[in-house]
Amino acid sequence: MLELVKVSKLFNPGTPDEKVALMSINLKFNPGDFVTVIGSNGAGKSTLMNIISGVMNPDMGEVLMEGHEIQQLPEHRRSRWVGRVFQDPMAGTAPRMSIEENLAMAYMRGKKRGLGWGVNAAKRVLFREQLQRLGIGLENRLNAKVGLLSGGERQALSLLMATFTKPQILLLDEHTAALDPARAELITRLTEEIVSELKLTTLMVTHNMEQAIRLGNRLVMMDKGRIILDIPEERKRSLTVSQLLGEFERISGHQLSDDRIVLG
Amino acid sequence: MLTSIYGAIALGLLFALMALGVYITFRILNFPDLTVDGSFATGGAIATVMITHGYSPWLATLGALGGGLIAGACTGLLHTKGKVNGLLAGILMMIALYSINIRIMGRPNVSVINMDTLLSPIKKPIGLYIAILLVAILLIKLLLDAFLHTDLGLALRATGDNSRMIRSLGSNTDTTTIVGVSLSNGLVAVSGALIAQDAGFADATMGVGIIVIGLASVIIGEAIIGTRTVFIATLAVILGSILYRIVVAFALRVPWLKASDLKLITASIVIVALVLPTVQRAFKQKSLARKRSLELAGVTAAGKGGKS
Repeated sequence: MLELVKVSKLFNPGTPDEKVALMSINLKFNPGDFVTVIGSNGAGKSTLMNIISGVMNPDMGEVLMEGHEIQQLPEHRRSRWVGRVFQDPMAGTAPRMSIEENLAMAYMRGKKRGLGWGVNAAKRVLFREQLQRLGIGLENRLNAKVGLLSGGERQALSLLMATFTKPQILLLDEHTAALDPARAELITRLTEEIVSELKLTTLMVTHNMEQAIRLGNRLVMMDKGRIILDIPEERKRSLTVSQLLGEFERISGHQLSDDRIVLG
Repeated sequence: MLTSIYGAIALGLLFALMALGVYITFRILNFPDLTVDGSFATGGAIATVMITHGYSPWLATLGALGGGLIAGACTGLLHTKGKVNGLLAGILMMIALYSINIRIMGRPNVSVINMDTLLSPIKKPIGLYIAILLVAILLIKLLLDAFLHTDLGLALRATGDNSRMIRSLGSNTDTTTIVGVSLSNGLVAVSGALIAQDAGFADATMGVGIIVIGLASVIIGEAIIGTRTVFIATLAVILGSILYRIVVAFALRVPWLKASDLKLITASIVIVALVLPTVQRAFKQKSLARKRSLELAGVTAAGKGGKS
């Protein structure tokens, strides 16, 4: 399972713009954990995801995957463990390629890519089956270019591409924030279904406090590069949004300030 | 006239491989690679030198392919590992290749006139020549299409389409870029080798402006048959290359145009093809915005009128 040990990251070290992005973060995932993360702007939530996925390497500390240190591996060599859905619906799919070609690339996640056919009859059956689970009719449009899909459809496809190879850890980076409420609800529901069905260990950053409480079995609060609170399942179940905000203010000494925050 | 059209078609087919190479970098990888100006002549140089040294024309053309692959790989390495800007990486390799090509040839040009080349046994009659070239080029096109549908090919296409995504799916985009630029220049060099064998000589300056001709071919083809699938897009590039040669053949017959005006004409075609869609889009957007604003303003005005 994934574990972060004393992970630190500085931006622009030694310059007037120096900023602590992460400071001595310890975070251990239990198998099947679904952790939601909240925090102010610049609390280090996105940096945390980038450190896990390998977009950035930590300045100090270790990232352990099943006991192996992986903090120095580049992103493309960690992908077999890490599935990720970005906030921007455009980020997770290739617009000029078809739905089935996008899925074919996700199917090869972390495997050596050779000269075998990207899409063949057997894979097509599998893709159609997987797309059916989304329930939005994409299974009938395998050859459509992804650029023709709506933001919600693209995000649903991204979610499927991130999960259907059962990664060790699923990173959801505010993946419903750029969608309208109805589409956001659809993606949230699909996320819940897929995560519980595949028993994926998941880390989800969200600005939606109600969502942070309702989803998952653990809630982590971040501020100024630190984890200031880690709420376990039993306490999380009875938590309310106002309690959560009060708790944040009590520990950090300031209000949860975020220009995009949604109370739910 | 008819003979010059036949000649143009044959030439267009020989240049089509170069245009396919440009298509790989310019359209698939989204990487404006100028190495082609150098690697085209490299292909010609290697092929002619090997033929004059008595190697079989097949081997000589294969040698040209190898030279192009290496040249492209160098540009790819410069850009990805050396973090040199893509345009500059291509220009650097192009300039370096100019000297290398003269070194390969030992002098600024090499003639293979009256020697056996890949093309000399099939050049006549012209109809058969075109048929054989067409089959050969289409075969290479189909191989390229197939490659672009393999797992590696998909990763290569995604590198130009959404590199962040394909990295997160475990592909090393440095590698795919190098493979793509290398393959592109391999095709360009083979095209150069064929052109040299067709013309009977290779020259250090034979590649000057070739990138623009490649772009013109890609753009003309896309404008006419589109880019819906890879299969159609590569077909479009080949057709574009042939059409470009036909346009040139006609342009050369216009009395007040000189042969040396050709590069200006080519550049003009590319400029028009690049600028026109942008201007069109901006114009359309503006008129649509104005129309919608007027509509919306009309609705609000009506709403207010109703209230008072």
